[in-house]
Amino acid sequence: MVDIDGKEHSASLIRVRNLNKVYRRGGETINVLQGLNLDVEKGEFVAFMGPSGSGKTTLLNLLGGLDTPTSGTVSVDGDEITHMSGRKLASWRARHVGFIFQMYNLIPVLTAFQNVELPLLLTKLSKAKRKIHVETALTLVGLSDRMTHYPRQLSGGQEQRVAIARAIVTDPTFLLCDEPTGDLDRKSAEEILDLLTELESDHGKTILMVTHDPLAAERADMTLHLDKGALVEGAS
Amino acid sequence: MKYLPFVFRNLFRKKTRTILTIGSIAVALFLFGLLVTIETALNAGVDVAGVDRLIVRNKISLIMPLPLSYQERLRQIESVSEATFATWFGGIYQEPKNFFPQFAIDTDTYRTVFPEFEISDAEWNAFLSDREGAVVGKTTADRFGWKVGDRIPLQGTIWTGTWEFNIRAIYEGTRSGDDESQFWFQWKYLEERRQTSFGGGTVGWYTVQIADPDQAVTVTRTIDERFSNSAYETSTETEQAFAAGFAKQIGNIKMLIMSIGAVVLFTLLLVTGNTMAMAVRERVPELGVLKTLGFGDKTVLFLVLAESLVIATVGGALGLGMAKLFTMSGDPTGGMLPVFYLSTREMLLGMAIAIFVGLAAGSIPALTAMNLRIVDALRRV
Repeated sequence: MVDIDGKEHSASLIRVRNLNKVYRRGGETINVLQGLNLDVEKGEFVAFMGPSGSGKTTLLNLLGGLDTPTSGTVSVDGDEITHMSGRKLASWRARHVGFIFQMYNLIPVLTAFQNVELPLLLTKLSKAKRKIHVETALTLVGLSDRMTHYPRQLSGGQEQRVAIARAIVTDPTFLLCDEPTGDLDRKSAEEILDLLTELESDHGKTILMVTHDPLAAERADMTLHLDKGALVEGAS
Repeated sequence: MKYLPFVFRNLFRKKTRTILTIGSIAVALFLFGLLVTIETALNAGVDVAGVDRLIVRNKISLIMPLPLSYQERLRQIESVSEATFATWFGGIYQEPKNFFPQFAIDTDTYRTVFPEFEISDAEWNAFLSDREGAVVGKTTADRFGWKVGDRIPLQGTIWTGTWEFNIRAIYEGTRSGDDESQFWFQWKYLEERRQTSFGGGTVGWYTVQIADPDQAVTVTRTIDERFSNSAYETSTETEQAFAAGFAKQIGNIKMLIMSIGAVVLFTLLLVTGNTMAMAVRERVPELGVLKTLGFGDKTVLFLVLAESLVIATVGGALGLGMAKLFTMSGDPTGGMLPVFYLSTREMLLGMAIAIFVGLAAGSIPALTAMNLRIVDALRRV
């Protein structure tokens, strides 16, 4: 169940209350998010749509602890992240959030295996255990035969699948996807969306996705539109 | 340790740049190694000079002699425990470039005053029993492949003619800086052969051993006063001051070397700093991704510093290794720098400099990386 009314929901995994984000550029003040409320339960797949500059990515950054709000709170699984120190927030991100970007953002000098292994370097897992986790994640995204390939040796769709494997390898609490199909052709985009849907339906992953693509948004349980800094419910 | 493969991967994303940077550090540290070796060689006499020894020479010039009779008079001065003497011979072995110092020494006292030169009693006695006998330092013996029993001809330049010597002993220094290039023979042999030319009854200089080093100033003054207003006035100084004065004749080498070293260090900082700054600038989005994945600010700082350190230490080790190999082949000047070696202490100093350069050059890019805001970094994708 996804709600934007700001009323208390005991089952919420992600709880956003009265979230405001103000940017100041020169003498100008830009209210990107204004009093935004959101409740997302575990296992939901939510899509955020809206015109460019509506604050979709800003919202995603705040939910993922990449940026701090001007006011308001974001809680995930009971942890209020808005007042965490930088060090705590980094550690929280490593444990709870899987990020998937539009441009994949793989490290070009690392193989698919090494890219997926990166978040595990922050854990206390042994090398052997890290290997098992990485192989599992890459198998899940259908790239068990591309482990030693570098990003430049992969197609866009394959790169994004490696990025998804990197996002899920630590078994995070939820996934944040910023235009995950924005740089892909239709076929590859469909494959990525199939994969995300599978992660939600078969593995119970909570997914929050920003997209411009109505076809991508259709895969979500609910689509929310960002308009003038506030969320508006769309088709579910 | 688990981050090391990642650090190495990053280093070799721009292979040419990394190799060139490592190369420039290696060249700089090679140069450093040679400079300190030369500095050590020039000051070797100063570093190992005995604190209890004074050099007494003719006041006019070192090349002017002193009478043999001064030895007894020097011994009579209070605090003087022994006085020995030597005369510069200046012979040529085969060719002028085969230079090594040759001294005609007082065999009765020389070993007492210079105990740091190690010679077996058997070899020393063999030397004493042969009027044409000679003792040679290990460096010179190795240089020319001489061994005990060899007969060595020297062409005299001050006292002309061919002088032949039998190698009876090879000495070694007990300390790393001891000069092992000298060639000694009996002063009595010199005296016998030069009777028909000049210089009879004189010596080049005296080395006086004093019982109490604290009395050096007083004894120095006493010696010079004792021989003032004579035909052979003296100039006395500590062995250290004498050696330092000798080194200074070539100019303020230490200052020159320090200046070159400072310029090299500064250039290194710029080269390495520039490499690291470029490396970080090119990778801002990637650093943002690392932070997004949960890499903390300090870990990112460490990763950048580690790259800088690896470049500097690999370059430093290469350069110092080359310098060590170069110096191991011995004095390249053919005898002007008899104590020519790169010590472990100086190699460690070189590595410390390399590490400092690595840390200093990497610090600003590393701090920049550490302070990157994730949202700003990701925006540059």
